[in-house]
Amino acid sequence: MENLKAVIEALILASEAPLALEKICVITEGVEKAEVKQNIEQLVTEYNERQSGIYLTEVAGGFQFRTRPELSLWVKKVKGTKPASLSRAALETLAIVAYRQPIVKAEIESIRGVDVSAPLKGLLEKKLIRIVGRKDVPGKPIIYGTTKKFLEIFNLKDLSELPNLRELKELNEQNEQMEIIQDFPDT
Amino acid sequence: MADETTDYAIKLDIFEGPLDLLLYLIKKNEIDIYNIPVALITEQYLQYLKIIKSLNLDLAGEYLVMASTLIHIKSKMLLPVPDEPSDEETDEDPRAELIKQLLEYQAFKEAASALEGRPLLERDVFTWSAPMNDDSEKLIENEDELIEVNIFELIEAFHRLVIRIDKKELLEIDLEKMSITDMINDIMERLTREKNLTFEELLGDKIDRRRIIYTFMAILELIKMKMVKAYQTSAFGVIRIFPAVES
Repeated sequence: MENLKAVIEALILASEAPLALEKICVITEGVEKAEVKQNIEQLVTEYNERQSGIYLTEVAGGFQFRTRPELSLWVKKVKGTKPASLSRAALETLAIVAYRQPIVKAEIESIRGVDVSAPLKGLLEKKLIRIVGRKDVPGKPIIYGTTKKFLEIFNLKDLSELPNLRELKELNEQNEQMEIIQDFPDT
Repeated sequence: MADETTDYAIKLDIFEGPLDLLLYLIKKNEIDIYNIPVALITEQYLQYLKIIKSLNLDLAGEYLVMASTLIHIKSKMLLPVPDEPSDEETDEDPRAELIKQLLEYQAFKEAASALEGRPLLERDVFTWSAPMNDDSEKLIENEDELIEVNIFELIEAFHRLVIRIDKKELLEIDLEKMSITDMINDIMERLTREKNLTFEELLGDKIDRRRIIYTFMAILELIKMKMVKAYQTSAFGVIRIFPAVES
């Protein structure tokens, strides 16, 4: 295919969700996976090099064009919408689910020290987490995990891209310069 | 005093629970988390609880549990350390469990902030806008790619319909007798005839609140009995009901 790069570019742009490498290969039948990948990498570099307003990124197991974060102020003006922001409680609950999944409600509550019914419900409604099953213990509690949408929203390739949770050992060494980030919830 | 109270009142709002409050107190007093002066912290903690009560705010039970934990640790620490290690319990610091909990919570608090700091979709970065929220019919074309809908999407669909009709509801004595069983039979009959139907189609013209509720409950019941399946052509698309077993 002589214009493979252009084809890939068009496919990624026209796709509603992040487009997986495998899917591109299916569409461009016959082309080697390595070649497709190489072309995608070229596109990524090209968009970066010409300091374009958009960039090509790998997110939630696929590729997607996105506007650059530093341009958000401008883009917001054309969008005219205010994104629904997550509360502190929801963010903390989400972080616990993301790092400790699959996890049941009681385990989240033992970490946060408070009831998490409300934030869990909110996260389910926002489709950032989902029910992945029921634990085989008395009461059959619901097990939660994060969704693909979580990866999309938080700009993550996959779960392994989550920054390492500061280990307790590390904390041990750094307890001198403890720093608690006091964040105030947006109102 | 008055000033102090309002100051506290504002701050109370931001605590996500007893652990959060404790972390705040530890930071405020510049305390080493591994060597918490329990007496001091307990005193300050209880003071906060008093203020919450005086403001008549609902005091979550978790705060009280933590208060009793703190008092328990405090009393344990007042006891002289036995010369010989006791039978089972080694001389573990009575604070150890609490410290572990605080550190763990702190780690997740940081993780939450780190997550929030990422370039978030629809806040910092944007994608080419798909026709979201637009339940137009054009999505039906690519019927081969169906997404199984979950209970929340069904409830959303239900909610949308109720909002639509809610305005012009009159009080009326209903002569039409409805039952979920009839509704189920009706839906199944129509589904065998027409292969698949949307929620709206199932309702037909006679849209009133009761009918919507009965239809919705009948669908839920049918899904539970695994007699029908609900699918969407794409996110925010129209939800279609299919018979589970093609006859």
